[in-house]
Amino acid sequence: MRDKSKVKSQKSKAKSQTLKLDSRITLDYGSGGRKMHRLISEIFIKHFNNPILRKFEDSAELEIQKSKPDYCFTIDSYVVKPIFFPDSDIGKLSICGTVNDLAVKGAKPLYIAVSFVIQEGMSLPSLEKICASIANTAKSAGVMIVTGDTKVIERHSQDQPRPSRIKQEIFSYEQGRGEEIIITTCGIGKILPDFRNPTLSAKNINIGDKVLINGNIGDHEGAIILARGQFDFKARIKSDCAPLYGLIETLAKAKCRIKMMRDPTRGGLATTLNEIADAAKLGISINETDIPMQKSVKGISDILGFDPLYMANEGKVVIIADAKDANRILRIMKKHPLGKNSAIIGEVIRRKHGLGVWLNTKIGSQRPLLELEGFQIPRIC
Amino acid sequence: MIKTSAKTARILIDKINEVVKRPIKLMEVCGTHTNAISASGIRQSMPKKLQLLSGPGCPVCVTAQSDIDWVIGLARTDKAVIATFGDLMRVPGTESTLEKEKAQGANIRVVYSCLDSLKYAEDKKPAVFIGVGFETTAPTIAGTVIKAHANKIKNFYVAPFFKLIPPALRVIASNPGLKIDGFILPGHVSTIIGKRPYQFLVDQYRKPCAITGFEALDILQGIYLILKQLKDRKPEIAIQYERSVNQQGNLTAQKIIKAVFKTTHAEWRGLGVIKDSGLLFANKFARYDARAHFTIKVPKPKPTGCRCGDVLLGSIIPPQCGLFAKICTPSNPIGPCMVSSEGACAAYYKYER
Repeated sequence: MRDKSKVKSQKSKAKSQTLKLDSRITLDYGSGGRKMHRLISEIFIKHFNNPILRKFEDSAELEIQKSKPDYCFTIDSYVVKPIFFPDSDIGKLSICGTVNDLAVKGAKPLYIAVSFVIQEGMSLPSLEKICASIANTAKSAGVMIVTGDTKVIERHSQDQPRPSRIKQEIFSYEQGRGEEIIITTCGIGKILPDFRNPTLSAKNINIGDKVLINGNIGDHEGAIILARGQFDFKARIKSDCAPLYGLIETLAKAKCRIKMMRDPTRGGLATTLNEIADAAKLGISINETDIPMQKSVKGISDILGFDPLYMANEGKVVIIADAKDANRILRIMKKHPLGKNSAIIGEVIRRKHGLGVWLNTKIGSQRPLLELEGFQIPRIC
Repeated sequence: MIKTSAKTARILIDKINEVVKRPIKLMEVCGTHTNAISASGIRQSMPKKLQLLSGPGCPVCVTAQSDIDWVIGLARTDKAVIATFGDLMRVPGTESTLEKEKAQGANIRVVYSCLDSLKYAEDKKPAVFIGVGFETTAPTIAGTVIKAHANKIKNFYVAPFFKLIPPALRVIASNPGLKIDGFILPGHVSTIIGKRPYQFLVDQYRKPCAITGFEALDILQGIYLILKQLKDRKPEIAIQYERSVNQQGNLTAQKIIKAVFKTTHAEWRGLGVIKDSGLLFANKFARYDARAHFTIKVPKPKPTGCRCGDVLLGSIIPPQCGLFAKICTPSNPIGPCMVSSEGACAAYYKYER
């Protein structure tokens, strides 16, 4: 399961605050934040509970042959507007997201099943472009698309914008506007021998371990915000959407001792670090000045009142390793194309005042860094 | 751009520590300041005797409960497409929020600029833009109305809930119970209105002030400028944010506000009705007033125990409210100060629990 929360702590929080879930699902329940975690723990887990699911990791460890887990299994749905965005599209995203959930558990992605829910009115060139992108990404990630399904649904409302007219041969991002598609991918991967005993997990981490990330945060959400064309400003931000298995395989081949990994997607780096800290029952402190970030991402988030620490990434991995291994891992990461801007951003500490994640700010002060609540909303002035 | 460096910050913090000898209360008027103070950890590095209090400068927070209920009422009539800034979506009205109404099918669109709402005016239903904000947002909304007027767009209305900052500051400065020693004045509002509208704070109330930018170093310097005026007993309106603010402000923006609006009494959450603190359409543009066009029944507000009003006045800090972080959280806000990223409660919840 992609959404990783600690059901126990969520339950106790919910109890102590005597909050009820809203009577209807609002968009906030898909933000990756606290509302989504509560929906998962209070509805999905209530009905589907079992020991494998309850681990809340990026993909499930399966014991297919022996008593040790040797396979990982995961599923994810992709809804994004617009469906085409700079340097990427929903097709590439649907493969990267799923193979990354396998890769961060130390598994080599093997097979993918894909399901398309297409809204009537989608143009064939758009669908072809998405499929070509799926095929290319799958090839570069070394996975095969082995089974699939297609459904077509009605347009849901009359005031939805009409699909733009198809421009022959010249492709533009405009092409996908008004078109909607939901892609679900399900993936299975084999855990690499180096990551099998023990498997990568938050329970391996200790105080003093270092926290690493393979590059700039917030690029994916920044690119999507700009591609939506809602703001009249321009910036060169490309989505970081990329399959991470290559980078992780390089680390495995170099015998890097990694304790756990996680990909900071929805909810951003801050939410992922909170999930890790909660799962490990430890704390994490990170240094604001060490977190790699593009100036343009900082710029648009300053204008909109967003915090890049909560912005989604689709090609980033947070790695936790022993302090004495961290520098070597960093050197190897920096040599890989997906790790040029890698950095050590913090370390594992004891929990303070019951809170997991602490940020050392630029001016030398320290404050808690909490998980995302609901969607970040642009400010007025 | 000021580059934040820990070294420069340290020097400023040391200087601030040097001058604070007695308990001092400063108010950061603008919500963006509140957010920056919390996010950069400035509060934790201040001397214990120096208290930073949030002011009335968060547009969503000061919008009156009855105005929010009016918008929710309009959404329920299904007679208009409502265009609003995202901040308003989660603000709780007496019975519901716009976010909940939208999930149940109300025609509500989040826009990022008032100009974007004009495109909904092409449909059969009229488009209503919810005009919240201060002197910073009013000019762009005035510009949109002028454009609608020039293009003879008849299906477009604005609900004028605008507020003006200086009259609210007069209420706070003149309240003997609040004892604010100085004001960190808003950088963006001042970019539009300049320095003169604040002069009464010095002339009548002898309050030291600094118009301040939004980077951590800007704020530290702004605080230091105010403390220095306090120490020297020479209050003035200092401009720390010189790279954006000049003496007379943005004259074009002032002109456009004057052309489209006239001042009126306005109800502020927590502060009550303040004379000449709101904007209403001038006669030439009166037909764009959504409140005159749509008759909406507004429910009687129920008491919730929310103390946003006291927070906006600077008479308490958010953790002193009994609801704070218990039943009032950003995903389940009871009051507006917990909703907006500029709201004091949201900033305290996110950064300072």
